[in-house]
Amino acid sequence: MSKFSKSGGRSMPALNTSSLPDLIFTLLFFFMITTTMREVSLKVEFKVPQATELQKLEKKSLVTFIYAGKPTREFRAKMGGETRIQLNDKFAETAEIQDYIAQERASMKEEDQPYMTVSMKIDKATKMGIVTDIKQALREAQALKITYSASMKQ
Amino acid sequence: MARKKRVVEEVNSSSTADIAFLLLIFFLVTTSMDTDKGLARRLPPPAPKDAPKTDINVKERNVLIVLLNSNNQLMVEGLPLDVKQLCNKAKEFITNPTNSPNLPEVFDVNVAGMGKMKVTTNHVISLQNDRGTEYQAYIEVQNELIRAYNELRDDLASAKFGKPYNALSEDQKKSVQEVYPQKISEAEPKNYGGAK
Repeated sequence: MSKFSKSGGRSMPALNTSSLPDLIFTLLFFFMITTTMREVSLKVEFKVPQATELQKLEKKSLVTFIYAGKPTREFRAKMGGETRIQLNDKFAETAEIQDYIAQERASMKEEDQPYMTVSMKIDKATKMGIVTDIKQALREAQALKITYSASMKQ
Repeated sequence: MARKKRVVEEVNSSSTADIAFLLLIFFLVTTSMDTDKGLARRLPPPAPKDAPKTDINVKERNVLIVLLNSNNQLMVEGLPLDVKQLCNKAKEFITNPTNSPNLPEVFDVNVAGMGKMKVTTNHVISLQNDRGTEYQAYIEVQNELIRAYNELRDDLASAKFGKPYNALSEDQKKSVQEVYPQKISEAEPKNYGGAK
């Protein structure tokens, strides 16, 4: 009578897992290709402002980054709580921006140099004074294509 | 003496999955797929140092003065304004639909592919901010101004070509840009009221 009882002794065949490595490898390759290692370690904290009219930055190799914000906790004792600029891996003054841009430009391919873009990642609570200083330095350095890095407003 | 046939034992591959998993997790953690986004702007070239300071004469009606003070308050053409209204204000300024004498001069310009268009060729939006202005407020204002231009361009593009601006060909984009050239001037910083 017990048509549905499980006493029938039917055993599930073991799942064939021999293709599992292949599956995982596919995933692995996907991530290996899409990954970009973070090149700089951030020493300043920033939350980019929000906006709606955003444009994507297309070619990563053409983009130079300038960060500005308050130093992270481990550097706060040394650098104070004031807004600082970070270029590459170290804190910098506005006067150093021009050299930095020149250096970055020199390391680019010659045909790419006119398309150099500077992306400014600046904390949203920053005062405009420091932003203006950066902008003036960029103008002096002839790096006129800039983007104000921002996140999408929900 | 017949040789015994040697059987090569199969390599146990059950752990390759684990190895692959480890690698996968490593790349998952280090990956940063964030694509950078932002407001693209173009800075004016540096002013030559030895050049005498000449104020380019721009008629008052052609300039929309947008001031942002250190308390993040917005003032447009001498009157306080909410950021949300800035987009419409800018649009009205850029197009001058009623040919008002207080808004920029309107010229008839022959634009390739569109024929005669009414263009406020000489309009300039002058954005001035204080050193104490917050960056977020500044970006909001920039955003509204860019939005005004983008919406105008989109409207024109769909009216003339039936497509949004981004879907146009390069030549069509150029014609649209000719009708609505983006002219946002960022003046040298000054101190407007309040915190030093």
